[in-house]
Amino acid sequence: MKAPTQYVDDSVKGFITWSIIWGTIAVVVGILISLQLAWPQLNVAPYLTYGRLRPIHTNAGIFGWGIGSFIAMFFYITQRLTKTPLWSPKLARVTLWIFNVAIASAAVTLAMGINRTKEYAELEWPLAVIVAIIWVLFSINVFMTILKRKEEQMYISLWYIMAALVGVTVLYVVNNLGMPLHLFKSYSAFAGTNDANVQWWYGHNAVAMVLTVPPLAIFYYFLPKITNNPIYSHRMGIIAFWSLIFMYLWTGAHHLLWTPVPDWIQTVAMAFSIMLIAPSQGAVINGYMTMNGQWEKMKSNYLVKFMIVGITFYGLQTLQGPMQSVRTFSAFIHYTDWVPGHVHMGTMGWVSMVLFGATYYVTTTLSGTEVYSVKIANAHFWLVLVGQLIYSITMWIAGVQQGSMLLATNPDGTLHYSFMETMIAVFPYYKIRALSGFIYLAGLALFIYNIYKTFQKGAAPTAAKA
Amino acid sequence: MLEKNPVIFIILAFVVIMIGTTITMIAPFKWINSDSDKIAEVKPYTPLQQEGRDLYMREGCNNCHSQTVRTLAADVERYGNGGGFSKSGEFVYDRPHLWGSRRMGPDLARIGLKPLTPAWHKKHLENPQSVVPASNMPSYAFLNKPLDTTYSERKMKLLNFPYTKADLDDLKGKSEMDAMIAYMRKLGTDISVKKAEAATQTPVASTNPFTDLKAVEEEAKTIYKQACASCHGEKREGTLGSALKGSAKSDAELYKIISKGIEANGMPPFGNSLGEQKIWKLVTYIKLDTK
Repeated sequence: MKAPTQYVDDSVKGFITWSIIWGTIAVVVGILISLQLAWPQLNVAPYLTYGRLRPIHTNAGIFGWGIGSFIAMFFYITQRLTKTPLWSPKLARVTLWIFNVAIASAAVTLAMGINRTKEYAELEWPLAVIVAIIWVLFSINVFMTILKRKEEQMYISLWYIMAALVGVTVLYVVNNLGMPLHLFKSYSAFAGTNDANVQWWYGHNAVAMVLTVPPLAIFYYFLPKITNNPIYSHRMGIIAFWSLIFMYLWTGAHHLLWTPVPDWIQTVAMAFSIMLIAPSQGAVINGYMTMNGQWEKMKSNYLVKFMIVGITFYGLQTLQGPMQSVRTFSAFIHYTDWVPGHVHMGTMGWVSMVLFGATYYVTTTLSGTEVYSVKIANAHFWLVLVGQLIYSITMWIAGVQQGSMLLATNPDGTLHYSFMETMIAVFPYYKIRALSGFIYLAGLALFIYNIYKTFQKGAAPTAAKA
Repeated sequence: MLEKNPVIFIILAFVVIMIGTTITMIAPFKWINSDSDKIAEVKPYTPLQQEGRDLYMREGCNNCHSQTVRTLAADVERYGNGGGFSKSGEFVYDRPHLWGSRRMGPDLARIGLKPLTPAWHKKHLENPQSVVPASNMPSYAFLNKPLDTTYSERKMKLLNFPYTKADLDDLKGKSEMDAMIAYMRKLGTDISVKKAEAATQTPVASTNPFTDLKAVEEEAKTIYKQACASCHGEKREGTLGSALKGSAKSDAELYKIISKGIEANGMPPFGNSLGEQKIWKLVTYIKLDTK
């Protein structure tokens, strides 16, 4: 079945292309900063120091690759699920332009040291306003398409999409409230402990509304498409959906355990984090059960590999996350490399795996052709998988090692290790981590080549009739 | 019905999201930074300190350094510097908070309480490896340029911090490095520190109990590395501070210098933090003419 002609997909292609470009930049900058941690002499100029580059890495990853490709997929999915063409293709094209200008300006201003320092909300106020506008324009487009839909029933993916539209708007606007000093500088509207509590309400729910809900929408749509099996349980999807978006908002303070944030907020965050295991695993079970009777596709269908390994990492991620949210364990691993290990299992494992699969599917569908090379797609799969596993596992080991050294005391209560000794212990792992980045990048290069060749193949006159 | 009406759905999703938000994010505004949180001694930043704070933000120092001492014994011992764990009231002037999420460098909430001189900070920021050889911190020598004070006064007004003309005059001729150091030296210093007064008194035994005892060398080396090496060099060869290896000074003299410091030279007193036994061990190690 090919895409019916009435769907408007030029912006889908545009967002896919640009999100891949920004994603590649995120990975390259990530490798550079991982090298800087092992070899500090690589901090060669003020705009190339770790402190300025790290926000570029995270922003390019979350906003460029993540949100960019979610916009592409949401445009694609919404049209198909509503059997309605996009409400305003023109608005979509404008959105893409503003999106690219905003991400490029973000990279430049962050390199110049213009930032608000709040994690994942670093962009100074003029850019933050533009990001909000992009999101609202995109939301209106998607929402109007849903409103004017020809298909009465709203499939679960549309629920996730709409929740993301509302959630991201609320989170982003509130956490970015500030007092502008001039065009390139503002101070937070909140002070001290309040600011920390607002920040991590935002920070953790950015994980929910950007890195969980949208990939779930994509997963719920593409897995049945790829396997030709309906989703195992729509009802379980619905229960999981409401409990997920209800519980997530309580959990931000698990980033602030043992800090001056009131104890009861920390405890509530801990409890809800544990409860989140249920809706999270609900999605995983739904995915696995959809595969019932056709697990052999893990071997024969490269798309299934990306989807199922992706949801598996989601399952692991949402078991590890609650574990880290418990005070005793947090005391041990918070502020160590364990946490980047955890985060990258989510971003490189879960989110990116699902996006790779979805991008292959959309590219082949829009090009009206098979993928250029299944072999390359498989090589891509294995390289990113191995790269990500090496990254996360080395960081977990480093985190446990540093965490235990930092807490170690002598019988008289004095500290057993100096801070520097704990760093020296983890430096070897930093080198392995940098290596894992190169492996991941190699996989990414194969992905880009494969996608490019597939588009090219689709555009060739011989393939046009297919 | 509900499942088929996107408008109702969006409203419902919004309401669901706002329940947890209201309870854990909005409601706490009632308690946090209220009078019960207040700590009278905590002062707002001076114009120079605030400029330093803004530079700290510009350079993204928060990506490697946290600024909260957790209520854990090891945290208090390692980063408390005598000030204990962090309290909410210490942060009321922080817009935004700079608590951070990763410690690739030590926590800085109480860095101002450490006996570190401006000269030490400067040397460390310019070339971190010159004082902490294994450090992976980048060089910030580029902070040695004039401080831009165009907005200094407006910042004070916007943040509603008190300032005097003298504070603004104080900014004249300052470098970015000066501002950063001023900020470092302010952090954590508003908190009253419990002092172990006894240790600063003249030694109980006026003679070194460990003279020439090779037995204490290993322990003394460890103390030296933590307390002295960053200024006097890993091998006592002298970097920022003077060379110490095989010092000709008498034991009693050395003891006095270590415990009381020499203010004029920027040598801080260690009587409070080390205590008599450790200082005598250091004296012994300094005088040992070994590797």
